[in-house]
Amino acid sequence: MKRTHTPGSLPPRPRQHGVLRRLGLAFGALLLSASLVHAQEQGGSAVVSFQDDISTLDPAIGYDWQNWSIIKSIFDGLMDYVPGTTELVPHLAESYEVSDDGLTYTFVLRQGVLFHNGREMVADDVRYSIERVLNPETQSPGQGFYLSIAGAQEFIDGAADSVAGIEVVDDYTIRFTTSEPDASFLHKLGLNFAHVVPQEAVEAAAGDFGHQPVGTGGFKLKEWVLGQRVVLERNPDYFEEGLPYLDEITFQVGVDPNVAFLRLQRGEVDILGDGIPAARYTEVINDPVLGEQVAMGEQMQTGYVTINVAMEPFTDVRVRRALNMAINKDRIVRIVNNRAVPANQILPPLFESHADDYEGYPYDPEAARALLAEAGYPDGFDTELYAYNVAPNDRIAQAIQADLAEIGVNVELRTQAQSTVIEAGGAGQAPLLWSGGMAWIADYPDPNNFYWPILACASNIPGGWNWARYCNEDLEARAARADTLARSDQADERVAEWREIFLAIMEDAPWIPVFHELQVSMHSTNVTGPKEIFVDPMHIPVHYEMVRRAQ
Amino acid sequence: MIGYLAQRLLQAAGVLLGVSIVTFLLAFLLPADPARMIAGRSATVQTVESIRQQLGLDRPLPVQYVNYLGKLLRGDLGRSYAQKAEVTKLIRSRLAPTLQLALAGILFELLIGLPAGIVAALRRGTAVDQAVMAFAFVGVSAPQFVVGLLLIYVFAYLLPLFPLGGYGTPLHVVLPAVAVGLAGGGWYARVTRSAMIDVLRQDYVRTARAKGVFPAKVVFKHVLKNAVLPVVALVGLDIGVFMGGIVIVESVFGWPGIGQMIWQAIQLVDIPVIMGGVLVTALFVVVGNLLADLVYPVLDPRIRYS
Repeated sequence: MKRTHTPGSLPPRPRQHGVLRRLGLAFGALLLSASLVHAQEQGGSAVVSFQDDISTLDPAIGYDWQNWSIIKSIFDGLMDYVPGTTELVPHLAESYEVSDDGLTYTFVLRQGVLFHNGREMVADDVRYSIERVLNPETQSPGQGFYLSIAGAQEFIDGAADSVAGIEVVDDYTIRFTTSEPDASFLHKLGLNFAHVVPQEAVEAAAGDFGHQPVGTGGFKLKEWVLGQRVVLERNPDYFEEGLPYLDEITFQVGVDPNVAFLRLQRGEVDILGDGIPAARYTEVINDPVLGEQVAMGEQMQTGYVTINVAMEPFTDVRVRRALNMAINKDRIVRIVNNRAVPANQILPPLFESHADDYEGYPYDPEAARALLAEAGYPDGFDTELYAYNVAPNDRIAQAIQADLAEIGVNVELRTQAQSTVIEAGGAGQAPLLWSGGMAWIADYPDPNNFYWPILACASNIPGGWNWARYCNEDLEARAARADTLARSDQADERVAEWREIFLAIMEDAPWIPVFHELQVSMHSTNVTGPKEIFVDPMHIPVHYEMVRRAQ
Repeated sequence: MIGYLAQRLLQAAGVLLGVSIVTFLLAFLLPADPARMIAGRSATVQTVESIRQQLGLDRPLPVQYVNYLGKLLRGDLGRSYAQKAEVTKLIRSRLAPTLQLALAGILFELLIGLPAGIVAALRRGTAVDQAVMAFAFVGVSAPQFVVGLLLIYVFAYLLPLFPLGGYGTPLHVVLPAVAVGLAGGGWYARVTRSAMIDVLRQDYVRTARAKGVFPAKVVFKHVLKNAVLPVVALVGLDIGVFMGGIVIVESVFGWPGIGQMIWQAIQLVDIPVIMGGVLVTALFVVVGNLLADLVYPVLDPRIRYS
C-alpha cells in the first residue's frame, strides 16, 4: 500500500549498552533523558463524546465506525498498522514467515503478553479467537473473511470440531494454512475479528462479553454505565512500551454534537467523536485558533452512485457513460464544505492501485446529451434515485437530480431511512442509488475489498451489496487470479493487475464515482499527538493509544 | 372498588397483549432485514443466513410470536440483536433516568401551567389573560430541539449556572425538565383556565363569595379542587407518554432515557429492543391512566366506582 505519512512519533526504545564504558555512559544518559521525556508525556485523562450509544465491545461482533477503534484499544491482533497509516506490520506476532507456495503462514508470538485478567496469551488463544468468529453461534459479521483457511467451511458446517488449517505448534507458534493463496490474508488477520480473546472470560460473561471485554490491549475496561459512559484505564502490563500515553479515557454517549461542541470549548470534552457540527463547520475550519484543533485526513472511502445495469435503459453502456459525464462533482464537494475530493475512479488515492494519471469521464453535459441521443434517448428518460434521507445526502441527491435534468434525465427522488435504502439496493429495485451514509469504506487497505463485496459477480445476488447488479465474468476471473499472487515478489504485479481491473470496470461504468470523503476530527487544546492519529485510516476515527495530554 | 380494580387490571393485560401483537407485526413489516443489518456489508450470504437462523428469524411469523410471548410471560424480553445483551438489562439501566425526567417534567409543567391558567382565569378577558395565553401558545408551538439548545446555550454555556447536559445530580435535571415544562405547560395552562372559568360560574362559588369568604380561600378550597380534574387526566397521560421517553429532549441534553434507546434501536432494526421499549411504554401508559382514574374519587367524592 502507499505509505502516506511517516510513522507517528513512537517513544524511543531503550538501547543495548555497549561494551565500552564511555558508550555505556552515553547510552545511559540518553536513556535517562528519553525516559524523563516520555514520563512527562504520560498520564492524564481525556473525554471523547458520542451521540450514539456504544453497541458492543466484543471484537467478534463490533463492526461500526464508532466502536472499531475502541475495540482496537482493548484488544490486539497478530497484525496491526503503523499509527496514522495503512502500513501493515506484525503486532502480537513477533515475526512471521510465508511459505513459497503462499499457502502457509507461520507466526511466532511475542512472549509475556498478558490479558487484562493476568493470564499470559498463548497460541491456543489465537486459535480459539478465530474459531469463535467462524462459529455460527457467535453471529459474527466477520465470518466470511476467514473462509480461505483450510477446513473453515467444515468447521462451520459442524463436520469438524476444529479448523484443520489452524495448527498450534507450541505455546508461541501458530500456523495457518489456506486452501488457496490469499493475498489479503495478512490484512484479514489485522481486522478486529481476528483480535485475541481469552476463552475463560468469554464463557464467564455468558453471552455478554460485549459489555465485559477482556483483551491484551493498551486500555482495559474500568467502568461501563449503560447509556451514559464507558471508562477505560491504562493497562500497565501492555507489551508496547510507553503506550498508551493516557491513564484514563472516558467515552460519553448520548451527547448531541452541538452540545458536544459547547462542551469542547469549556474543556469538558477533549475529542468530538461525531466531528464538528455541520452548522459550525466552515466557521471552525477558517478560524485561526479553532482551526489548529482540527485534523483532516484521507480515508479508504468512495461515495458513488450505483447504476443498475440490469434495468433499462441502463443496460446500454453508453447511457451509463453519459450519466458519468453529467455530474458536476465540484459542486457536490462544495455541498459537503470541501470535506472531500472529487473522484474520477473507484479506488481512493490511499491505495497503491489508484491510477494517478487516469482522467476518467470529464464533466461535459453536451457530450453526455450527444451520447444519450446516440443510444436512442435524444429526449432523455425518467428514472428514480434512492438516497439516505439524513443531511447532507438529501441535498447531494438533489444536486444529482439537477445535474441529470440538464441532460434530459428526469429523476424522481426516493430519500428514505438507511435500512430501507439498503434493502431496496439489495433487492435490485433501485435504478440509481446514492451511496452517501453507506458509502464504501474499505475494511482493510487492499483493493480486493473494493471489488468482492460490491462489484463482483459473486455479490450480484438478492440482498448483496452489489447494488449495480454488475457482473463481468472476465474481470471476475482476473480478480480471483490476482488474489492468488500472495508472495512478496508478486506484490508489484498484483498492484498493477488490480489497477487494470478497476480501470476496466470504469469502462463498463456501473458506477458514477463522485467523491472521496476526508476524515475530519476536532480535539481540545488539552490533548495532542501527531495529526495523523486523530484521523487514523485504520484505527477509525482516532488512535486512542497514541493520544496524549498537552503540556 | 376492588371489583373495579380487578376489571381495570384485566383490561390492562388485554391492552398490553394487543400492543405486543401490533408492534410485532409492524416490526416485521419494516422493509429492512435485521439479519443483514447485523451481518454488515462485507458478509457472505452464508453468514447472513446463518445469523438469520441463529436468531430464529427463518421460522414462520406466528411461531416466532408464540416463542416471544412465551418468553415474555417469564419476564424475558430477549436479547438485543446489535448488542447481544439482555433487553431487560438495557431497559432497567434507563428506567431511573426516564422516571426522573418524567416526574421532573410533569412538575415543571404544573409549576408553569397551573399558575398561568389560574391567573388567566381570574383575570379573564384582560391583557394579562391574553399575554398568558400567548405565552402558552408559544411554549406549545416552539420546537423542543430549538428550545432545548437555547436553554443550554443561555443557562449552561453563557451563564454557567447549570451543567452542559448529561445526567447525575439534581442540577442536571433542571434544564431538561424546564424544556419539557415549557412545551407541555401551555396545555396545562389552557385546560386549567377553561376548567376554572367553568367552575367560577357555578352557584356554589357565588354563594361562597356572598357569604364573605376570603377570595383566595374561595379559589383554593372550592374552585381549584374541582377545576383540577382535567389536569389530573393530563398528568396521567403524561406519565405514560413520558415514560416512553422524550426522544428530542433526551437527545439534546444527553439524557440516558428510554427514548434514545428506542430511537437507536429503530435505526439498527434491533427488533427485541424496539419491542421491549414499546411494551414498557404501553405498560406505563396503562398504569398512568389507571392512577389518574384512581385519584378522581379522592378529589371529587361525587365520583364513585362500582
